[in-house]
Parts: sequence; structure tokens; C-alpha cells
Amino acid sequence: MPDMQPPRTPSPWRAPGLSLRWWPVFLRNLLVWRKLAIPSLVGNIAEPLMWLLAFGYGLGALVGQVAVEGRTVPYILFLASGSVCLSTMNAASFEALYSAFSRMHVQKTWDSILNTPVALDDVVLAEMLWAAFKALFTATAILAVMLALGISHSPKLFVAWAVLACAGLMFASIALIFNALARGYDFFTYYFTLVLTPMMFLSGVFFPREQLPPVMHALSGWLPLTHAVELVRPLFMDQWPAHPLRHGLGMAVTTAATYWIALALTRRRFAA
Amino acid sequence: MPGNTGTRGLPHNRAMDVLFEASGLRKHYGDATVVDGVSFAIAPGECLGIIGPNGAGKTTTLRMCLGLTTPDGGAIHYQPPGGGPLLHMPQDALAIKAQIGVVTQFDSLDPDFSCEENLRVFGRYFGLGHHTMDERAPRLLEFAALTHKAQAKPGELSGGMRRRLSLARALVNAPRLLLLDEPTTGLDPQARHLMWERLQQLLQTGTSILLTTHFMDEAERLCTRLLVLDQGRTIAQGAPRALIAEHLEPEVVEVYGAGALGLAQEPALQALAARTEVSGDTVFFYTRAAHPLLDALLQRPHLRTLHRPANLEDLFLKLTGRQIREEA
Repeated sequence: MPDMQPPRTPSPWRAPGLSLRWWPVFLRNLLVWRKLAIPSLVGNIAEPLMWLLAFGYGLGALVGQVAVEGRTVPYILFLASGSVCLSTMNAASFEALYSAFSRMHVQKTWDSILNTPVALDDVVLAEMLWAAFKALFTATAILAVMLALGISHSPKLFVAWAVLACAGLMFASIALIFNALARGYDFFTYYFTLVLTPMMFLSGVFFPREQLPPVMHALSGWLPLTHAVELVRPLFMDQWPAHPLRHGLGMAVTTAATYWIALALTRRRFAA
Repeated sequence: MPGNTGTRGLPHNRAMDVLFEASGLRKHYGDATVVDGVSFAIAPGECLGIIGPNGAGKTTTLRMCLGLTTPDGGAIHYQPPGGGPLLHMPQDALAIKAQIGVVTQFDSLDPDFSCEENLRVFGRYFGLGHHTMDERAPRLLEFAALTHKAQAKPGELSGGMRRRLSLARALVNAPRLLLLDEPTTGLDPQARHLMWERLQQLLQTGTSILLTTHFMDEAERLCTRLLVLDQGRTIAQGAPRALIAEHLEPEVVEVYGAGALGLAQEPALQALAARTEVSGDTVFFYTRAAHPLLDALLQRPHLRTLHRPANLEDLFLKLTGRQIREEA
């Protein structure tokens, strides 16, 4: 049977579609979250602050000063700058995994949106931006508490805030890859225990990366969380990062590449 | 395949009365052909029902109509109002979706929003702002008989209310065509009747409907025309009553009870029926005139009989065959 110009299934790897149609989807998430914002805020900042207080003051008393790029800084400052990156990573990942998966797979929110003039690319972009927004919200709250505690008063914290915004975009994009591949919530446990937890220990959040064996040290330089920590930490110490281009570019490339992969895998999932 | 070309416009006289048309749709997954040459057209105010057993290709057909699945062959057009150029699925998916409404088989309402918020949030996906929704939301809630539940969340609603909210949500953009995937599955009779009543109202105001269903009474009640699918192919199409008249004798006598199955073999009874079928413990006699047969069955008072007109369910079972058939 002859067909005139049968439509071809487009490649899932075609360029990401960018439009402003992500906004109503983002707004939908914002409106849901507004109803739960206070409890979620408490959860998001209570845990990192407990870590900070317990380790910063408790362990900090034992450790004393830590050497960073030839300078010694109090351990609490070292830890605070790393842990705000860690919290950003966790917040973005959690939102782009468990919450996005709920909307995509369990509640079928995405399916209902796809029956309107909003494309899958717009939904994925909205989820990425939304997870980054929530991560930035968490980071902002933690920064505010750190300011209140007098851990750092550097005006460069504004720059750190912008870096954390980018870190949110990056970790949201990475997490959406795993969201696209997930068959159930259990899958995310692997991501947290096999990817995020090792990264947490290898990226210089709790101790300087220089303490790692040489091979691990070299490897850890490529980790997404390392880029964020290496940029944010000096800013906490009122200094400029030693390698802004390397780490800034590292974050930008990681974000763009992982977003594209996440989008392609999500398109493949939805094309079935 | 004359006439059904992919990108050419419809002939002018047909463009006037065809809102949505699918021609020669095909889809396969690996070696399995799920949809094989399905064609249909929907006119304004018309309700087209797609019926068929599970796996017949109904859902895949709907997904192709929505641009969610790209067909391996065939074409789908939508005629925008005012005789503008035809829109094609999936290339013009967003433009077409702006003018249609969808009720999915499983409710996908936002559990965190009230009924009213569900409508407002959904309206925003269509670019409808506060002012439009201030006017539309109360009207849609009233249409769905949910005005008193405007501030309730979907979890507090009954199944019928949730379906009606899904229907109201599908109407936020004042669609010209509604796609309904099994709109009343799982509802109790009262809720189904209310749903049917609302769908009838929509049809009367000129909205077109494309629906899939497993309920033959629903298909018979709502649909102007039916498309019967089996294994991805169209095996029959037409108006419900016309299909029944075309494929079936007008009357059916069902006989069941101890020894009923033996009747199917009795030449005296077979002679009184045009066709005899056995399904489970029941014998179905299809006939043009049931009275001689009913009189003969009076001799067997231990058997229970049911005399009724042939219906769509008979047609469906005849065409898609889930029972042992014994032609008379």
C-alpha cells in the first residue's frame, strides 16, 4: 500500500526545543510547592545545618585550621562552603528524581500536559529549571543562616549564590537522566548511594581533595560537585577562584551535555 | 489508494464538513503490526466511536491522533475553523492540540489542587489567563455538576466526579473536538448516565467527539458512527443500527439452564433460527421472527429464555469472535 510522505519518527537526539512554554509548567510546580513550602524549607535546611553545627563546631574543634590554596581557614568555613554545594546538589537531585518521577510516572501530570499545546521538551526544561529553582531556594536559605551565624561575610557570596544557581541547573540535568531511565523509585537509591554519596566524599566537601591518593585526586577534579566546590569555597573566603575558567566551563559543559542526554532519553521513553 | 494522499488538501466539498481525518494509519512495533491501514473522518458535531477488543489498536490510534506516537504510514489532518489551511499531525501537533480536548483513560488530575485550581492551571497550558478563566472556570464546574466541590481536591471526589472534572478540564480551551479514551470505565450507572448526558449536550452544541469504549450501550447511545477494530484493522464501520441490521438478524433468543446446550444440535430448533451460537452455558438463536421458536421452547419449561432485539454486543462478538460459533 503506497503512502504519501509517511511521517518519520524524529530522532530523540535532535536539538533541544527551547520556548517560553516551560513557564506554565514551572508555575504549576511552584503553586503546588507554595502549599508545602514551610515544611519543605525546614526539611531542606535543618539537615545541612545540623551537619554544619555538629561537624563544624564539634569536629572543627579537633581539626582546627585547614589549608586551602596556601591559606589556612577555620574548619567551619571550609565545611560551610562545601556543604552549601552539597545541599544544592541534594535538593536539585531529589526534586528532579523523586518529585519529577511522581509527576511523570505516578500522577501522570506530564501526560495530561502533553495533551495541551505544550511539548515534551518544554516539560523537561520546566522540570530542570524547577529543580534548579528549588535547589537555589535551599541554598539561599542556608546562605542566610550562615550569614546570620557569621561564618562568612564576604560580599563575594553574591557570586557564590550565582554559582550555586548554576550548580542547581547542572545537578537537575544530571538527575533527569536517571529520571528518564527509572522504572520505579527504587532505582534512585542506586543513584544516591552509588553516584552522589561517593561524589560527596571525593569532591572536597568534608576534607581537602589533596588528602586523596594521587589517582583519586586526579579523577575527582572531573566531578561535577568538585567544580562547584572549587568555585564556591574561595568566594566564601573573600577570594577569587584559582581556576574560574576550568571549573566554570566544566559546569557549563556538564549541564548542557547532561541536559541533552536527559531530554533524548525522556523523548525515547515517551515515544514508546 | 485513491483519494487518501498524505499531504494534499481535501477536495473542497469535503473540506467543509470534515473536521478531523485520519487516512491509512499504520504502526508497528518490531514485527507486531498494531495498527494496519485505519482510516476515518469526523464531521462537526459527530461522535465517532472506536470499539474493539483489548489490543485491537484503539489506544495506539488515539495516540497517533494526538501526535504522541508517530505513525509509520498514513496521514492525519485537522481542519481549523474558517477554512484555513489544513494542519497535519504530528508536524502541527501543538496547533492542533490547542483546539482539541482530551480525557485520558486514567485520571491525571493534579491531586494537590482543588477542582477550580485544576481548571485554572490547565487553562494556563493553553495560554488562558486569569480573566478568561474567571469566566470559564465557574461555567465548567457547573457543567460538570461540581460547583459545590469547587474547593475540594480530587482525592475527596467520587470516581464519577473525577471523570466529570477531567471532562471539564478537557473543555477549558473550548475545543472543537474531544478525544475520550474509555470515558466511563469504572463508573457506577448513575455516574455513567450523567456523563453521557453531558457528552450529548456537547454534541448538540456542535462539538465533535472521538471516543473509545468497551461498553456497547455507550457506543450505541452516543456514537453517530462506529469503527470496529480488530488486530489493528477496521473490520466494520457505519452507524450502530445500520451495522446491526447489516450483520445480524433482528431478534435473539438466549436459552440457558440444564440441557440448554443440547438444543443447539436439534434440527427442529435450528430450522427456526437463522443462526445458532453457543457461548459458555448459553445458546443464542438469531432469528428474523422469534415467535415460532419461543413457542417451541415453551415445551421445555425447565429452560430459561430471554427474547430481545439484537444489539451491538452481539455484533461485536460476531465480528471479533470470542465464542464458539455454529452457523445454522
